[in-house]
Amino acid sequence: MSAAPAYSEDKGGSAGPGEPEYGHDPASGGIFSSDYKRHDDLKEMLDTNKDSLKLEAMKRIVAMIARGKNASDLFPAVVKNVACKNIEVKKLVYVYLVRYAEEQQDLALLSISTFQRGLKDPNQLIRASALRVLSSIRVPIIVPIMMLAIKEAASDMSPYVRKTAAHAIPKLYSLDSDQKDQLIEVIEKLLADKTTLVAGSVVMAFEEVCPERIDLIHKNYRKLCNLLIDVEEWGQVVIISMLTRYARTQFLSPTQNESLLEENAEKAFYGSEEDEAKGAGSEDAAASALPARKPYVMDPDHRLLLRNTKPLLQSRSAAVVMAVAQLYFHLAPKAEVGVIAKALVRLLRSHSEVQYVVLQNVATMSIKRRGMFEPYLKSFYIRSTDPTQIKILKLEVLTNLANETNIPTVLREFQTYIRSMDKDFVAATIQAIGRCATNIGRVRDTCLNGLVQLLSNRDELVVAESVVVIKKLLQMQPAQHGEIIKHLAKLTDNIQVPMARASILWLIGEYCEHVPRIAPDVLRKMAKSFTAEEDIVKLQVINLAAKLYLTNSKQTKLLTQYVLSLAKYDQNYDIRDRARFTRQLIVPSEQGGALSRHAKKLFLAPKPAPVLESSFKDRDHFQLGSLSHLLNAKATGYQELPDWPEEAPDPSVRNVEVPEWTKCSNREKRKEKEKPFYSDSEGESGPTESADSEPESESESDSKSSSESGSGDSSSESENEDQDEDEEKVRGSESEQSEEDVEKRKTKKKKVPEGKGEASSSDEGSDSSSSSSESEMTSESEEEQLEPASWRRKTPPSLCLIIVLSTPTVTPPSVQPVSPPAIVSTSLAADLEGLTLTDSTLVPSLLSPVSGVGRQELLHRVAGEGLAVDYTFSRQPFSGDPHMVSVHIHFSNSSDTPIKGLHLGTSKLPAGISIQEFPEIESLEPGESATAVMGINFCDSTQAANFQLCTQTRQFYVSIQPPVGELMAPVFMSENEFKKEQGKLMGMNEITEKLMLPDTCRSDHIVVQKVTTTANLGRVPCGTSDEYRFAGRTLTSGSLVLLTLDARPAGAAQLTVNSEKMVIGTMLVKDVIQALIQ
Amino acid sequence: MIHSLFLINCSGDIFLEKHWKSVVSQSVCDYFFEAQEKAADVENVPPVISTPHHYLISIYRDKLFFVSVIQTEVPPLFVIEFLHRVADTFQDYFGECSEAAIKDNVVIVYELLEEMLDNGFPLATESNILKELIKPPTILRSVVNSITGSSNVGDTLPTGQLSNIPWRRAGVKYTNNEAYFDVIEEIDAIIDKSGSTVFAEIQGVIDACIKLSGMPDLSLSFMNPRLLDDVSFHPCIRFKRWESERVLSFIPPDGNFRLISYRVSSQNLVAIPVYVKHSISFKENSSCGRFDITIGPKQNMGKTIEGITVTVHMPKVVLNMNLTPTQGSYTFDPVTKVLTWDVGKITPQKLPSLKGLVNLQSGAPKPEENPSLNIQFKIQQLAISGLKVNRLDMYGEKYKPFKGVKYVTKAGKFQVRT
Repeated sequence: MSAAPAYSEDKGGSAGPGEPEYGHDPASGGIFSSDYKRHDDLKEMLDTNKDSLKLEAMKRIVAMIARGKNASDLFPAVVKNVACKNIEVKKLVYVYLVRYAEEQQDLALLSISTFQRGLKDPNQLIRASALRVLSSIRVPIIVPIMMLAIKEAASDMSPYVRKTAAHAIPKLYSLDSDQKDQLIEVIEKLLADKTTLVAGSVVMAFEEVCPERIDLIHKNYRKLCNLLIDVEEWGQVVIISMLTRYARTQFLSPTQNESLLEENAEKAFYGSEEDEAKGAGSEDAAASALPARKPYVMDPDHRLLLRNTKPLLQSRSAAVVMAVAQLYFHLAPKAEVGVIAKALVRLLRSHSEVQYVVLQNVATMSIKRRGMFEPYLKSFYIRSTDPTQIKILKLEVLTNLANETNIPTVLREFQTYIRSMDKDFVAATIQAIGRCATNIGRVRDTCLNGLVQLLSNRDELVVAESVVVIKKLLQMQPAQHGEIIKHLAKLTDNIQVPMARASILWLIGEYCEHVPRIAPDVLRKMAKSFTAEEDIVKLQVINLAAKLYLTNSKQTKLLTQYVLSLAKYDQNYDIRDRARFTRQLIVPSEQGGALSRHAKKLFLAPKPAPVLESSFKDRDHFQLGSLSHLLNAKATGYQELPDWPEEAPDPSVRNVEVPEWTKCSNREKRKEKEKPFYSDSEGESGPTESADSEPESESESDSKSSSESGSGDSSSESENEDQDEDEEKVRGSESEQSEEDVEKRKTKKKKVPEGKGEASSSDEGSDSSSSSSESEMTSESEEEQLEPASWRRKTPPSLCLIIVLSTPTVTPPSVQPVSPPAIVSTSLAADLEGLTLTDSTLVPSLLSPVSGVGRQELLHRVAGEGLAVDYTFSRQPFSGDPHMVSVHIHFSNSSDTPIKGLHLGTSKLPAGISIQEFPEIESLEPGESATAVMGINFCDSTQAANFQLCTQTRQFYVSIQPPVGELMAPVFMSENEFKKEQGKLMGMNEITEKLMLPDTCRSDHIVVQKVTTTANLGRVPCGTSDEYRFAGRTLTSGSLVLLTLDARPAGAAQLTVNSEKMVIGTMLVKDVIQALIQ
Repeated sequence: MIHSLFLINCSGDIFLEKHWKSVVSQSVCDYFFEAQEKAADVENVPPVISTPHHYLISIYRDKLFFVSVIQTEVPPLFVIEFLHRVADTFQDYFGECSEAAIKDNVVIVYELLEEMLDNGFPLATESNILKELIKPPTILRSVVNSITGSSNVGDTLPTGQLSNIPWRRAGVKYTNNEAYFDVIEEIDAIIDKSGSTVFAEIQGVIDACIKLSGMPDLSLSFMNPRLLDDVSFHPCIRFKRWESERVLSFIPPDGNFRLISYRVSSQNLVAIPVYVKHSISFKENSSCGRFDITIGPKQNMGKTIEGITVTVHMPKVVLNMNLTPTQGSYTFDPVTKVLTWDVGKITPQKLPSLKGLVNLQSGAPKPEENPSLNIQFKIQQLAISGLKVNRLDMYGEKYKPFKGVKYVTKAGKFQVRT
């Protein structure tokens, strides 16, 4: 756009309230003076100290940028404000900076230090935004600074900053592609990241920087598949399209054995028309029959990808649906591709642009896999209100879908379309009829008759198009259609459309022996009007003349020479050339040219009938859904979709062998480091944990599914569903938790009853409330995961006071080594759980009710000013509430004054955890000790319950943290029941570790004792001697915890825990191993 | 990915441009204008245009073109989806997505675009997050801002971006806690000349307006969930729960959003609530024709059909129409040749009809085709598929919300061929 209109438009448009134009300065004579004036004023405003003026100025400047006007001369004045305190001014300055930095590189450097400072800010959002702006400044000189910043941010603790780092990578790459190697390192590192926030962005960076480095994906493949459902939509599209390419290089074609058969079917379809329908049918049958007998087994990873992308077909985003559809089209076995049709048809209700793109892709798919869309034929019917481009695409699809059975309906539909007012569309319909006629032999005559009728249509375009199509159809069986050719010949008088005239002339020339009397007459007429014809018509007139000369030279010799003479002096050189060439060829000259003897063969050779094909044929060599596919041309940066490999590359490259625990603890360490900065950001890495344990366990379920793949893997599918659901629940209520945390921190004093209320609400117990409690547990325990390992060594909080105990009657006295009574009570607990004893005689020996861990110190004598408090987990069911862990508290007074009024004070409990207080102990005399029982509902998490112990004079803050083994109660079950339950808890719910049993603990007795000491589980009778099984249920949610220890000769052993509560499972494995090894 | 964005109005002015990478000159839009000229109709501008150095992907929304410039391979739907999301966001912020609204709020628009894309890749597109970052303008706030000099940019840091449920903002508080669901079903149908149904299908959506404090966890169940054949979900819905129990379980975003859209399984016969009797004829060699349509109710489940409008695109040769409606009013635009008849309600006692003469251009041949009739109608309190919400339960919060469900059936793309 030139400057002048832009200016006048400014003048005219400056009335609106939000209009940025400054001042209606009467003095502004021309564009330059007014510009200068305006900018001077803005500069002044920017130099003031008032934020409001600065803001006003920046707003006007941004408005100028928005309209594409040059504001670059303000650069120095604006850049000064980069460190402004006002956040909106700052943001607008960033906008300006990013826009103009490229033009004013030297000045832009002034701002860099601000961003470098920002990169060190303790707030993650500020770090991220500093990196974002810094990397957006396209100034080559700061490349090293950017590189450094990206590297640093890539190992930032905040996933949000890491995401920004991923975004910055392509920016730097486009600025300086020499940095590629270093950037790849960063990408590699970020690919290993386990948060959903980062995944999409880093794959995008990968695609832009190093799409060829497919080897970087191996180790992350399974993780990406598993995270996919939780990634935001934009990331999903990028990841899916990358994984499609990856799968094409790594897995074998699922249709490889079918391909031969498919070809045959295809041939039958195009070659002999009559068994066409049969062909399609048998194709399908073959597809379903094949998996049973062919040796092909799908790689479990291939299956994983297909399974994890399928739910995304129900995404609200059209882009995601399309991405999954293309993945299925390119990767899935034939029998499974069908699922995408429904979703694609759904997209046809969307915006017309979406329809346009989807229809293009459906058109390509419907050529290859016609059966898929056949049930939805009617969804492609055309409405008169559709835009023409959509109509034409729908028509394309309808034509592709037409077959023997549905052709009557399709043709009836076409008949309506032919009468449309939209002539382009009518022309396309005629073409479509032609294609149906060539493809489906049965209706060829019907179509031809219909088209001939159209020749009497009033609209010339329609007639012309019909002629062209008829010409093509006639070429197939010219002999039977002499009448039609005559009819067409008559049309030359009326029809004016050049293409149609040319077609008629060609037809007459080609089949002149069928119309021997008419042909010369047509030539005569054409010779008369030759000079007025269009070029393509002239060429055909020459053609016709030549052919007639060869077949009927007696009648046409003169005419031909006349035409050739006219053509010789034509303005168009093509026509002159053609005339000269034709003359030499047909008119025998003196030398008797060698060629002219063969003229007849040259001109009247039998020509193969044209095949009317879809323009979408073979477009599927482009990845569907891509820009290149849409344009049918390779777009810049398009990555070819590779062919399937002949031999599958080594699948083991995708195995992730890093042991889980080291990984976790690493992360834990990192987390701990992080804590001081981030008091409010616990929510941030929620799903990470579940993702952590996935790769290993996932592969298990996969290998299983692969073995079943022949018979369809519904079982593994359902397992996976369970897992996913868990995951989803976690995701769903994660921030619920974090919010509660925040709230808690705010109020700082949540009372017990409140906590109780919450627990009871979760008891009411629909699925979703229990899910919330579960997720609380997950995230909490994540923070604390290191602690259970070291909790034994923990010293109690250094607070002090003295407490007196006076109600020993309530509880059984000192519960140090728990024995017989506990057996009864535990079995009672089991009864309460509603489980039956399988073999009552076995019980006493199998169930070794050891009190878990010895006494733990709650309050040291010194800190408690003479009051010492210990606690033990009694492993008895708590009488008040079966969900509570009962804790015995032992008070002893070592001071010389009585301690009075010992009771529980306020407690600060994490969400869901509740405490049942013990009755107040009125007085505890010096030297005396007392025991009380309290119940704590830990909500299946190892979070500490913090509460206050109060005496009349003092308060002590104490905390009890349960080892994970105490959060459950034993359950009795038979071996069969155990196996059945275990079968339900496979996959992600199963955690397996290998260990070496030390010499000291190889005997049955010791192993059982060690396990039961660590965890409150009941032993399950077992047939084999070297396998130990234990079962329990978590107290709060009642989820099963199944533990299997498989001891092999020479001390090797494998420990497996199956539990819905994955975190409990992992922690339990760790604790038990520690107990066994020591 | 997305390099630049140009907003162009109907008269071809580029009134806003935004670049996420280096600047692309406005002249690139010339290719777009060229394509626009070639396509007679705005709807026929191809969404993807290839130019020597760039690709242009555009959408047409509310009389505006959103033209984005692309340099490298990217799934076109990705860009189209994003552009629509931009338009939705403007709609959400300014109440309308028009040139005037965008010009009035150019700074907010710019700030939004800045947040939505980073280097051409979408960053924050959820309305709840954006609203935390940049507050939508309200009259009250703009007055307050002009006095106090405060800004529209949120001064709290957007924690939503960091959360695992990015669609919901934290710390929502309402005094009245309400959850409303609108079940809206549209009948898409093609009725042929003789009145038989060529194609009919029910497409439905459930739009929600949720104003609940805190972090409510809702589950919505249906009496007859099997009716829903093909469903697409808002990302907040737990897919597995739906798969296993056919219950919609979700933590909702705050405010208005589309919960699901669905298609009712095609096995069910679709009840067509209206019928049309029509006779439209043009006489050969004379400059007039007859036009007569009558609408009547059919299978309306005892509910009144209201808001009926008939739109007809008449052939080009029609000059004018002289009609008398027994009910409602009609207009005929001689330029676009569109006849609109606003009928209103149907009362079964007296069926509304529209009769009269059509004036044709003299000398022109009579039109080949009769125009098809597009019909709009509405039935309150009815979901034509029979879908019924069973109950809504809320977990995670203690208050009692006010709940409401509304059903509406409308005509979607409802066309009668004549």
